[in-house]
Amino acid sequence: MIKLIALRELKSLFLSPLAWAMLVVMQLIMCYQFLSQLEAYLQLQAKLAVLEDSPGITDLVIAPLLGGSAIVLLLIVPLLTMRLISEEQKSQTLVLLFSAPISMTQIILGKYLGVLGFLLILVIMIALMPLSLLFGTAIDLGQLFSALLGLTLVLASFAAAGLYMSTLTRQPAIAAVSSFGLLLFLWIINWADAADVDTTLAAGGENVLRWFSILNHFEPLLKGVFSTADIAYYLLFIVLFLVLSVRRLERLRLPH
Amino acid sequence: MDSEILIEVSQLSRHFFRSHVSSALNNSDQTIAVDNINFTLQRGEVLGFLGPNGAGKSTTMQMLTGNLAPTHGSIKIAGMDLLDNPIAAKAKIGYLPDTPPLYKELTVDEYLNYCARLNQLAKADVKPAVSMAKERCGLTEHGKRVINNLSKGYQQRVGIAQAIIHSPDIVILDEPTVGLDPIQMIEIRKLIKELGQTHSVMLSSHILPEIQAICDNVLIINQGKLVFNASIEQLKQHMQTQTLQLSCANPVDITQIEALEGISSVQQNGEKLVVHCSFCEDLSQAENNQAAFIKISQQLINLANQQQWGLYEVFPEKQTLEDIFMSLTCVEAPFIPSQLQEQEQKID
Repeated sequence: MIKLIALRELKSLFLSPLAWAMLVVMQLIMCYQFLSQLEAYLQLQAKLAVLEDSPGITDLVIAPLLGGSAIVLLLIVPLLTMRLISEEQKSQTLVLLFSAPISMTQIILGKYLGVLGFLLILVIMIALMPLSLLFGTAIDLGQLFSALLGLTLVLASFAAAGLYMSTLTRQPAIAAVSSFGLLLFLWIINWADAADVDTTLAAGGENVLRWFSILNHFEPLLKGVFSTADIAYYLLFIVLFLVLSVRRLERLRLPH
Repeated sequence: MDSEILIEVSQLSRHFFRSHVSSALNNSDQTIAVDNINFTLQRGEVLGFLGPNGAGKSTTMQMLTGNLAPTHGSIKIAGMDLLDNPIAAKAKIGYLPDTPPLYKELTVDEYLNYCARLNQLAKADVKPAVSMAKERCGLTEHGKRVINNLSKGYQQRVGIAQAIIHSPDIVILDEPTVGLDPIQMIEIRKLIKELGQTHSVMLSSHILPEIQAICDNVLIINQGKLVFNASIEQLKQHMQTQTLQLSCANPVDITQIEALEGISSVQQNGEKLVVHCSFCEDLSQAENNQAAFIKISQQLINLANQQQWGLYEVFPEKQTLEDIFMSLTCVEAPFIPSQLQEQEQKID
């Protein structure tokens, strides 16, 4: 049943030009970034070769590429998730799901996995660019997969937060703006940390803010550092917003 | 089988909270959309749910289908409580809300396939179920069309097809004939009658003749309260008119009419005469009343012939739905403070 809802969601995405437009724009921008970074790397290559323990192509091209795509997707994922529930509420098709013999959890998971499917397609398309380097040179595959896992987890978290925002309002645009705001805030929350660097008093607070930052948990993965704490952060983030979404959907039926 | 109860609703209420006090009935800041409704639906029964706009028809239906949670009261679907066992109960219901829940970017076939799978039909059963539903709703030739490109009437049919696709025991249709042309209306009514033979159907409407044409039993709801719950025969008796309209070309002597037995008053308006008869108000006397009404009509026509009034038109004044609401809501005690207090205590 979850699969059914997920597949329909994915199908509807591809029936609208939005999904195609996103794939195209995403691919063009990432391509441009990839090529310009590759160019820069080629210019630096001679100097790097002299250095001992110098960063390789994986550090200089692939990690920035995947980090950059996370930022672009921060803008795009809210547009993708905004319609999930709010549009169904607006066009009153949610009734179909509510009247069918399925649970709210199944509805939310179906919707979520549908978007996740689309995001995986995006990740695979982005991954093709670094993988194409295999034709010319050796890359650190371990670091690449760690970074790809990181990117996937970041996107999955974006999608979960976006889904929750979409259950809050009937207006897709409001859902998009508020999930973008939330995600951006969580992205930059550790900036406060940088500003307060001198005050030793704030040390405890810094750590908490740091811990909440999506970016903070993404960077180690980009560098190839695989830590359970980072993975747990993303999984908790996803579960939290999915549970909130289910609760919110159940509340829609209650007196208000 | 006849007595199998598929829906049992008891003391169902739904309140909506409001920020401002709008209804004189409520001291608290909430509107009572549905107030303490009880009824049952049996297998093979077509139940009409009648009421003016905003009476609480759609709210009740949304509660029956699990789209709204009741404030209090219980709903049992085929013996299962809707709140305790929602998934099993919902599997027994097909529901067409007032706006058909269509994914307009899909084709009719894709959409109905999806609905069939959503209602837990096995993969092998989906295809026959879809073609069956399409055939019943006259959509066989429109399977490949995108729903968005269909006319409103056809979209409504897709909505009905969606409600019957899993052959549910209970079909709940919220104003199924709205937006259809007269021919489509007749077809849909025929379809509902057919459905009534194998399923139980509950449909809402604010069109009285429609309900009269299809339903076995009628519920009338007004301002959230159930004001009438009986068979269509009883409704017809209730609707029995006590007023005759005559039109005469020549001058008429009213006193002669008033002298007839069973006539309470006569009003003259140009060539038109409105004659009110007075019968016993008791419903059990309905058949006698009917006979008395026919007798008075005959007497009047005879009198008109004798006196050469030039009678050219006689018809019983039809009661409209509004009249019935009026008469029903007036018979009911309109406001009982003790009941209201009880309710408020329950809310607290």
